[in-house]
Amino acid sequence: MAEEAGTGLVFHPMEPFKIHSLFSGEPISWYEFFVPTNTTLWMAIGVLAIALLMVVGTLRRAIVPGRVQSVAELAYGFIHKMVEDVAGKDGLVYFPYIFTLFLFIVFSNFLGLIPGAFTPTSHIAVTAVMAMGVFVGVTALGFMKHGSHFLGLFWVSAAPLALRPILAVIEVISYFVRPVSHSIRLAGNMMAGHAVMEVFAAFAPLILFSFVGVIVTPLSVLAIVAMYALEILVAFVQAYVFTILTCVYLKDALHPGH
Amino acid sequence: MEGDIVQMGAYIGAGLACTGMGGAAVGVGHVVGNFISGALRNPSAAASQTATMFIGIAFAEALGIFSFLVALLLMFAV
Repeated sequence: MAEEAGTGLVFHPMEPFKIHSLFSGEPISWYEFFVPTNTTLWMAIGVLAIALLMVVGTLRRAIVPGRVQSVAELAYGFIHKMVEDVAGKDGLVYFPYIFTLFLFIVFSNFLGLIPGAFTPTSHIAVTAVMAMGVFVGVTALGFMKHGSHFLGLFWVSAAPLALRPILAVIEVISYFVRPVSHSIRLAGNMMAGHAVMEVFAAFAPLILFSFVGVIVTPLSVLAIVAMYALEILVAFVQAYVFTILTCVYLKDALHPGH
Repeated sequence: MEGDIVQMGAYIGAGLACTGMGGAAVGVGHVVGNFISGALRNPSAAASQTATMFIGIAFAEALGIFSFLVALLLMFAV
């Protein structure tokens, strides 16, 4: 990443987010969807880790759960309660999909924190697919369940009549902006945190080149530690937020009345 | 000196767009601050409203994300 040039350090904080072929290390073109890349590798590791946790965790089905079973049960119960609280009892039919989303995001985020690892969720291409899946699915569900009554979501009947057309425009805009904010929130948070750590990491070896490094290097190492701790929090919170927003959108589709 | 004035404008615009994130910071701080002050008045009701707080944070943060999006578009798409 940081290589020595004539005058100092040349680095680019976006370097770790480059997608390249796993075997040749070359950047890939858009049509080479069959080439395994670093992002597909880490997605596969994430999926394997989830499968391992869930299969091993539920293998013995002990009444007094062991460590792995406790984690599996805790994750299951946590999301189950969230779906029930936010989307309501009839939202529980869609619990497997939401639980899958949560586990994939949380595992991608946490595996991406391993130094040298790649975070698939730091790419808008990955999160946009998940957000568009939620958006299209929820919209189709709303129309299937309620037909044209689903459009009542945009017609705020609690507001005064004169205000309703203006509110309808705002509601339509905010509805169609959902997948944008849903996907970029996750990708932006993951990418920005890692990029900040990269910037500090680029300052860290300054002690080798300049006297200023005596001050800058310890500060930047401390900053990396602090950012890393924050990133552990952010990795969980962003998965939580993505999941809870999915539940909120699901609730809007199941009960569109304001 | 390389590049042209359009690129310079795009970079300045991207930097200016980042000021929108300050607004998102104020918004998120407001949401959490009010949640804490409410939670300290009635701690027994706090746990049931944590999810609501996170939804509020997410909506407040969305506007900051749009400024980030504008910055990204100016940097890489224009």
